[in-house]
Amino acid sequence: MDQKKIHPTPMLDVLEEGPWPSFIAGFKRLRDKHPEKRINEMANSLLGQLEHSYETRKGYWKGGTVSVFGYGGGIIPRFSEVGAAFPESKEFHTLRVQPPAGNFYTTAMLRQLADSWEKFGSGMVTFHGQTGNIMFIGTTTENTQHFFDEINDYGWDLGGAGPCVRTAMSCVGSARCEQSCCNEQAIHRHLVNTFTDDVHRPALPYKFKFKVSGCPNDCVNSIERSDFAVIGTWRDDMKIDQTEVKAFVKKKGRQYMIDNVVTRCPTQCLSLKDDDTLVVDNKNCVRCMHCLNVMPKALSPGDDKGVTILIGGKRTLKIGDLMGTVIVPFMKLDTPEDYEKIVELGQNTIDFFAENALEHERTGEMIERIGLVNFLEGVGIEVDPNMVNHPRTSSYVRTDGWDEEAEKWFQRKAEEKAAAAG
Amino acid sequence: MSDKPKLRPPIETGCPDGFQYMHPVMRKNYGQWSYHEHPRPGVLKHVAHNGDVIWTVKAGTQRILDVFTLRTLCDIGEKYADGYVRFTIRSNIEYMLADAKKVEPLIKTLEDAGFVVGGTANSVSMISHTQGWLHCDIPGTDASGVVKAMMDELIDEFKNHNMPNRVHMTTSCCQINCGGQGDIAINVQHTKPPKINHNLVANVCERPSVVARCPVAAIRPAQVNGKPSLEVDEKKCICCGACYPPCPPMQINDPEHTKLAIWVGGNHSNARGKPTFQKLVAAGIPNNPPRWPEATAIVKQILKAYKEDARDWERINDWIERIGWPRFFEKTGLPFTKYHIDNWKGARNSLNASTHIRF
Repeated sequence: MDQKKIHPTPMLDVLEEGPWPSFIAGFKRLRDKHPEKRINEMANSLLGQLEHSYETRKGYWKGGTVSVFGYGGGIIPRFSEVGAAFPESKEFHTLRVQPPAGNFYTTAMLRQLADSWEKFGSGMVTFHGQTGNIMFIGTTTENTQHFFDEINDYGWDLGGAGPCVRTAMSCVGSARCEQSCCNEQAIHRHLVNTFTDDVHRPALPYKFKFKVSGCPNDCVNSIERSDFAVIGTWRDDMKIDQTEVKAFVKKKGRQYMIDNVVTRCPTQCLSLKDDDTLVVDNKNCVRCMHCLNVMPKALSPGDDKGVTILIGGKRTLKIGDLMGTVIVPFMKLDTPEDYEKIVELGQNTIDFFAENALEHERTGEMIERIGLVNFLEGVGIEVDPNMVNHPRTSSYVRTDGWDEEAEKWFQRKAEEKAAAAG
Repeated sequence: MSDKPKLRPPIETGCPDGFQYMHPVMRKNYGQWSYHEHPRPGVLKHVAHNGDVIWTVKAGTQRILDVFTLRTLCDIGEKYADGYVRFTIRSNIEYMLADAKKVEPLIKTLEDAGFVVGGTANSVSMISHTQGWLHCDIPGTDASGVVKAMMDELIDEFKNHNMPNRVHMTTSCCQINCGGQGDIAINVQHTKPPKINHNLVANVCERPSVVARCPVAAIRPAQVNGKPSLEVDEKKCICCGACYPPCPPMQINDPEHTKLAIWVGGNHSNARGKPTFQKLVAAGIPNNPPRWPEATAIVKQILKAYKEDARDWERINDWIERIGWPRFFEKTGLPFTKYHIDNWKGARNSLNASTHIRF
């Protein structure tokens, strides 16, 4: 493009140096090498505004209202406050597009998306944003619709933005990981695709996020970053290949085995025998994953797999960070009926959230305000000691319904026993 | 009316089917994996029960990809990985290969093209980050720039397995923190109350929502210069910036007083202990583009102490739990101040109510 029009970027130029790949170098390629003038100018303008931010240490974007026909969300509108100086990027909206669970792509599909984006957008894209969407960064209000129309025709849909069900995230899971105890692909799509209406038309008190991790290593950070965390686990004995245990001890040494496996067990369930075989107290194993992580060849999850569900994780705003809390210690997810059950729980949770949360209040904050028991009663879940670290320490509680509650517990236990004897 | 182009109704397909984009070896062995190994940094080898093997090569990128870079990554994927890729939640690209012989040539090609192979096992991860000045409407700093500058300095730790355990790093450009938690987090920390443009508040802000948004009830409606506006009790204000998104005339960002803070010990995994929140260790760090050297220096100090002192498999939170916070401050050389002592809800739980003291 015309050299005279190029915005100088002395501060950003510094970020072209150094060994890590440079996003600034990429923007400059769009400015200088792309055959289309529109993209050259947009990149130049964006670089100009970003340099202005670096120099003044301030951001210059404001939000607004941009959507595609038929939807209320999915676009992050951005209008420049310094558009007069940088007019070619004065409208610079992001489209949030839902990726498949586990973020898999063929290069053919990535090329098709790149071709569409080049036609209508800036040529800048991120795989993926913090919520888990593909972020197509930078297009005009008009082209937002055109780009969406084109990619929607070949199978891509917008994600959530605003007070709605958001795009979900899942780990790589069963596709490549031996630790996975569930079918992330199925759980992810069953849940989030039940709520497409709630994804596209923001009408909840605030955001609601589903995340799925295949095992308690929780590689998608679901406990702390989702309102509804589904985490794979198992309830029978872990599998031990004693030949591989012996091989591990032989290779790494007994001291390594004791210091890094046996003594690291949080519930002291491991014992190394004199013949270098391992004994596990499975009744007291909390499925923390540490020993399986260290010895993946020797130790594996059991066969009776399912999921644990935790509700209410979120980051800082407004009352501070919250971890999700257990509301379902274990649920099988094998049959279509099992999947109906988890979807129903999602539906009940969202309905209760929609009816009871204050504006801009997350599920975890609502639970903090009303108490876990009120939430459980609202969604129809019985209390369970797995939901607490320990029983209450304060005596300030009315217990005049004790006998009925105790009776419920004994009845439930008797029913569980009868079902198990089945 | 009839001249208007017809608007196309959306096809509400939601989340697409992932199986169509999976490498055939992964599709075939879905749920049938037996174990994995780390043959070298940046490479994973997964073996299925039937003996099938899939190799993964992981590479760091600039996260915000231009279409040229995206096509280069596609070219590489077609040449070596049968045209299948995936992205990690920290925006690394992963190539899956059925043919072991292609692993080394792929690594060489990636490195020749300027990408960085690594980020597996006990390395320092790519820093997951937010949008910052590039695209956010409320950012206190840039994100891509901070991350690029830091990764330039930490690249050797990304490329090698030299840490006691993995180190996940994150950044956030505001205190609302849409960035995640991490073993080390570099987040914006404002230090002054918002500056209010009273001429705009009545027209731009829904005042009751803004009042409700404040975590410490420091905002109240007020008439200023005869106009309906909002005022902030500056003694109560914790400078979090929560009022700024719903009310842009309450400008929280400031070139000088918006600082960076560093937090450590956030760990989502259930391995060993239960998941933990990150804790504040350093604040008042200048927001200093284009390379933020002060923040990087502190991150390196923390990593150095962790690397020297932690035992194998200890994440940063495990390490500090073993050695105690006094020793953490001693080993990192960071000052311990009154700001480290929590006074938020539940703060009492963070006080030492015992005689457990290390001498």
